[in-house]
Amino acid sequence: MAFDLPTIWAGLIAFAVLAYVILDGFDLGVGILFSVFRDEHDRDVMTNSVAPVWDGNETWLVLGGGGLLAVFPLAYATVLPALYVPLILMLLGLVFRGVAFEFRWRTQRWKPVWDIAFMAGSTVAAFTQGIALGALVQGIRIVDREYAGGWWDWLTPFSLTCGVAVVVGYALLGATWLNLKTLGLVQDKARQWSLYLAVATLGLIGVVSLWTPFINRLYFERWFGWPTALFSAVVPLLLAVCAYVLWHGLRTDKHLTPFLAALGLFVLSYVGIGISFYPYIVPGALTFHDAAGPDKSLSFLLVGAAVLVPIILTYTGYAYWVFRGKIDPKEGYH
Amino acid sequence: MARVQFAFTVSFHFLFPALSIGLASYLAVLNTVWVWKKDEAYLRLFNYWKTVFAVTFGMGVVSGIVMSYQFGTNWAKFSDRAGAVIGPLMGYEVLTAFFLEAGFLGIMLFGRKRVGEKLHLFATIMVAVGTMISAFWILAANSWMHTPQGHAITPEGLFVPVSWVEIIFNPSFPYRLVHTVLAAFLTTAFAVGGVGAWHLLRDRESRPAQIMFSMAMWMAALVTPVQILVGDMHGLNTLEHQPAKIAAMEGHYETHKGAPLILFGLPDDEAEETRYAVEIPKLGSLILAHDADAEIKGLKAWPKEDRPKSAIVFWSFRIMVGLGFVMLLVGLWSLWARWRKTLFSDRWLQRAAVAVAPSGFVAVLAGWVTTENGRQPWTVYGLMRTSDSLSNIDAPAVGASLIAFIVVYFVVFGAGIFYIFRLVAMPPDQKSHHELDKGPIRSAGITPAPAQEPRDGV
Ligand code: HDD
Ligand code: HEM
Ligand code: HEM
Repeated sequence: MAFDLPTIWAGLIAFAVLAYVILDGFDLGVGILFSVFRDEHDRDVMTNSVAPVWDGNETWLVLGGGGLLAVFPLAYATVLPALYVPLILMLLGLVFRGVAFEFRWRTQRWKPVWDIAFMAGSTVAAFTQGIALGALVQGIRIVDREYAGGWWDWLTPFSLTCGVAVVVGYALLGATWLNLKTLGLVQDKARQWSLYLAVATLGLIGVVSLWTPFINRLYFERWFGWPTALFSAVVPLLLAVCAYVLWHGLRTDKHLTPFLAALGLFVLSYVGIGISFYPYIVPGALTFHDAAGPDKSLSFLLVGAAVLVPIILTYTGYAYWVFRGKIDPKEGYH
Repeated sequence: MARVQFAFTVSFHFLFPALSIGLASYLAVLNTVWVWKKDEAYLRLFNYWKTVFAVTFGMGVVSGIVMSYQFGTNWAKFSDRAGAVIGPLMGYEVLTAFFLEAGFLGIMLFGRKRVGEKLHLFATIMVAVGTMISAFWILAANSWMHTPQGHAITPEGLFVPVSWVEIIFNPSFPYRLVHTVLAAFLTTAFAVGGVGAWHLLRDRESRPAQIMFSMAMWMAALVTPVQILVGDMHGLNTLEHQPAKIAAMEGHYETHKGAPLILFGLPDDEAEETRYAVEIPKLGSLILAHDADAEIKGLKAWPKEDRPKSAIVFWSFRIMVGLGFVMLLVGLWSLWARWRKTLFSDRWLQRAAVAVAPSGFVAVLAGWVTTENGRQPWTVYGLMRTSDSLSNIDAPAVGASLIAFIVVYFVVFGAGIFYIFRLVAMPPDQKSHHELDKGPIRSAGITPAPAQEPRDGV
């Protein structure tokens, strides 16, 4: 495997998307959990736990999209039209949810409405992200550098299942996050829900994983062909380890461990998808070498990324550090 | 329809940056003064505008995320062909600007008690710097589309970069950057000034309102003339690189030596003439070329399919320039009042300031409409047509999503703008508002957002 520019960039974009999924995953999850946390005061604590960081989390999504345009313009120009409907819905979902952070403090009477907007927006965003992923796994028809399918092609039982899986998975991240950041009743409830959601998430990961190899011969060979099968066997094994740690952590009232284990589940599922995709960016249609822009664009942006991503990670880490610890429900209200 | 959708969403998007770029810098200044002089009034003002900023910024972020995905959903062919040039610029915007803003925003809004005054000030400044850097990159990308250079075109018709320095520092970029950033400052100055004046009309003694008003009027008086000067230079530059746009802005169909300045009229693209024109002889050439006898090309010098539509550009340009002069008048008036020491007592000046509070937003939109419509029918000027840039998506899909966007934007941003109005309707010196900032988590609420509730009309 040669480390040329497209390969490095494929890795970087994959990293940005992963960073997005696990970071925005938990704050979207907090929104999804609004559906089971009905108490207004609980909801205040929940939004406060993510308010200082959600914008930074979502910026990874912009980096994923912007980066795709910059270095894999062909992929950007074909995948986005193919996923037109889910993406538009996702954007609208993010609009509602993003403004709800501020708006719900600006009015008393309409607060329940913005709470619903927050919950529904988060859920829709998560669901459509899952659908988009599922649709991508199924493959996209490209003819002559253009998307050639219809605008409902993405809608299949498989993609819908992926949608549900992502909603449930994000909710798990959200619940373990709340377990980490809150105290008292909210925490108890979050822990309880983490257990249910963990079971559901694992089940859905199982379903999707078993389904995937049968969608495209490519995946089948990747997972069951020799010698890659050896490698792909490691992923489920590690998944099982994470699942155990998660379970045990919740049972023994650990705060940080379950969150990390839930993140682990996501990272591993993501790696699993990566194994299926490589070296394609649109499975079966475009490898990332096909889609890459000219080297001059890739190297120009790479210089920036090499310097800036570590800096960004540093100050993002710092921001998390500043807001570390439990949300104290009695601290400085107004 | 994809065009309408894009134009609609980008127009909405830009309303928010126009305010947040200016407010970010204003907040940085207020915070600096507070840390330096420890004058409570500045802290109060900081907290006052901070809340408005948070709401504006939130709306800017979500509408911006929509924008960055619309290039792919609506302009797929453009993305494929020009992505290698435009994309990295926007990639740099994300890396250098958006992360900076997002990373420090949390600390700026919620973290004063947790990190201490100095670091908090630093975070505020970083957010302001981030908005500037953001403007730098996006305008570089946009300016390249107006005056492309530094690229090559492959046999398949893809744009590939050759020299990044030439691409970024393309001929229209410096003018556009300065003109747009000043526009954002002016928008903020007039918005802040309007709010200050409003509260002065209620309570002449309110110190925070006085400070607001006075600072804003300094900006108005000093920056407006500069903006007009820059606008003029911008126009000269456009004449050099996009003469068809100038012809459309001026409503000239015929090529003239010693062209008149058409003040008003109705440009008619069908008949190829501007009806009911009110003209001043020779002034057009004088302004555009700084020479009363210079030749100015008219629209007829281009084939019909290469001309922008004159009517929109003609009027949007006049709106912008007209408002520029209105702003100038208000600025001069404030200087006069200041000199006579009636700044805080001149009722009519304050009423005028309230009236022109939204002028910045209107001028900014009018400016963009001029610029972007004047570029038509090209996406990349002279090289790629708008009609060749579209995605291959069924019309019903675009139509449905357009309606969805319109409904959602009006509901969501309408509510947001309403909340901003309600925030600024509160007097800045209300004690309770200052106490909003006690804890590290702003707006966490057993008693949510107290000060505004009594006025809650919803
Ligand atoms: C001159 C300034 C300017 C202009 C012309 C634009 N923007 Fe913008 N944009 C900003 C100035 C800005 C900003 C001041 O940096 C914002 C406003 C509020 C904010 O969060 O940052 C922003 C936010 C913002 C965001 C969210 C960033 C985040 O997550 O923090 C995105 C993705 C975009 N914009 C994308 C765009 C696109 C694709 C544009 C072109 C059509 C565009 N912007 C025009
Ligand atoms: C850099 C990438 C950009 C691209 C590819 C782009 C492309 C376009 C296109 C194709 C249109 C449609 C023109 C029409 O319908 O007449 C348009 C309109 C518009 N654009 Fe841009 N643009 C870009 C950046 C910007 C920026 C940075 C702004 C500033 C906020 C902006 C503001 C506008 C406005 C206000 C319109 C509406 C004009 C009208 O009334 O039609 N654009 N743009
Ligand atoms: C009164 C004097 C002014 C003049 C002569 C002037 C001139 C111009 C010109 C010629 C353009 C188009 C450039 C092009 O398309 O290539 C433009 C665009 C623009 N103007 Fe103005 N302008 C003036 C005042 C203002 C004011 C007061 C504002 C806002 C507060 C404003 C905001 C804008 C914006 C946002 C654009 C679009 C971005 C750009 O191309 O720079 N202008 N202006």
